[in-house]
Amino acid sequence: MEFWVGQVFNGISYGALLFLLAGGLSLIFGMMRIVNMTHGSYYLLGGYVALTVISRVSNFWLGILGAALVIALIGIGEWNAFLKRLGGQELGQVLTTMGFALIFQDLALVIWGGDPYTIRVPAYLSGTWQVGNLFFPIYRVFIIGVAIVIAVALWLVLERTRIGAMMRATVDDAEMARGVGVNVYLISMAVFSMGAVLAALAGVVAGGFLGVAPGGDFEILPYAFVVVIVGGMGSLKGALVGSLMVGLLDNFGKALFPELSYFTLFAPMAAILAVRPTGLFGRA
Amino acid sequence: MLDVSDVHTYYGDSYVLQGISLRVDKGQVIGILGRNGMGKTTLIRSIIGFTVPRRGRIRFKDHDITGWPSNRSVSLGLGLVPQGRRVFPSLTVAENLSVAARGDGGGWTTDSVMGLFPRLRERALTRAGKLSGGEQQMLAIARALMTNPDLLLMDEPTEGLAPLLVREVGRVIETLKSRGLSILLVEQNLPLALRIADHVHVVSRGRIVHSCAAGALWTNEEVKSRYLGL
Ligand SMILES: Nc1ncnc2c1ncn2[C@@H]1O[C@H](COP(=O)(O)OP(=O)(O)O)[C@@H](O)[C@H]1O
Ligand SMILES: [Mg+2]
Repeated sequence: MEFWVGQVFNGISYGALLFLLAGGLSLIFGMMRIVNMTHGSYYLLGGYVALTVISRVSNFWLGILGAALVIALIGIGEWNAFLKRLGGQELGQVLTTMGFALIFQDLALVIWGGDPYTIRVPAYLSGTWQVGNLFFPIYRVFIIGVAIVIAVALWLVLERTRIGAMMRATVDDAEMARGVGVNVYLISMAVFSMGAVLAALAGVVAGGFLGVAPGGDFEILPYAFVVVIVGGMGSLKGALVGSLMVGLLDNFGKALFPELSYFTLFAPMAAILAVRPTGLFGRA
Repeated sequence: MLDVSDVHTYYGDSYVLQGISLRVDKGQVIGILGRNGMGKTTLIRSIIGFTVPRRGRIRFKDHDITGWPSNRSVSLGLGLVPQGRRVFPSLTVAENLSVAARGDGGGWTTDSVMGLFPRLRERALTRAGKLSGGEQQMLAIARALMTNPDLLLMDEPTEGLAPLLVREVGRVIETLKSRGLSILLVEQNLPLALRIADHVHVVSRGRIVHSCAAGALWTNEEVKSRYLGL
């Protein structure tokens, strides 16, 4: 019993982390049709920037803020200088963003070296909560809380504001959105930087329990893509459900059949795609 | 107000507009007639900036808007009712209107366009994809008005509508004209176009082959049979 509750909890908290990473990837994918292989780098660099900031000012929250600002700038720069010209050219996008991912990987190695680090989290976020004879790490509860707050905030922005309606109009028909005066350029930049910031946030949060280390970017990126593909591109609900599924599957797979863990993750994905090629909540 | 001069537009290698020039003055309605595939929509796309002309100039309100991003021309006062309506299907009627609203006070508001099309008020919270064809056409016109245009580009606004709705859309266009809006009207419905337009151009294979006062086309059997298939 304790084993199952513990594993479900771990799966959900890993899913919450994946949602932060994949939510932005899905929006960028769905709204702008950009396949962004650099998304994992935003995650990794976010963790490193926060690490540096926290080592200077010893404040976790300023670390998050610093990572968000730096990664937003990097994302906006990359999009403005390269990606906005590559609309509809998937191959060019994959090659360009992959190139950036490799550059950022080496850059991180030069700046922060090859040693793994763990981000120091505030005392009130460490330790465990005991419920009966179950123990819940407070930090993992915190991650779930962050994901819930972000999910609600994203939903409110997309569904309840005029900017959100402009974003959805751009997804529906970008040319026509311009034709009624929507500045699609600014809207796209906002979506792209929002996605990058969420990836950075995921990186900081993950730094507190998975650590920050070289290779972290390419380790987690496939998971984010699985979430987006299973949930359906551009769907917030899909990203949420997909993240939970992947988090739970991955966790149980590793706990029960460690030697088959990739199979338990990818087999259900293949099955879902066979039945619903656009993912659970995707539009054609 | 709008001055199109010697515009040549291509889709890749295909040479579609082969030197079109026309003017729309303040308060005028200019009709564009011609059979399918002759380049009428391409002319509209060239003016709004969806497809940038390879040669020629488009001037609007003393600005050379050739090559401007469409949203910039819209901010300057160019409105578009596209062929095929192209409402945003996943947005509600109210959202379709609000994304187009230009935030500079005065002019059209959600309330006043819904006064023009009462049906839209009843359907305000319905997703536009669920509307009937006629309702979508009203929404497309209302949405263009929300940008507070000085000149409206309308591409076949009565296409595919039942006769009753054709008449209603015709009445709305006349109302807009009487309020002083300038309109470039592409229309296959000859009686409607000739009733509303001051002046018409007949387009064939990417060129203007005939221009005259709207009334004069009624009796010009040669142009009607040769270029309009009537
Ligand atoms: N996106 C496009 N790509 C290539 N050719 C096109 C495209 N749109 C229209 N055409 C061609 O351009 C010509 C003019 O089309 P169009 O301007 O839509 O005509 P109309 O509006 O008068 O029916 C047609 O021969 C059509 O096949
Ligand atoms: Mg046409």
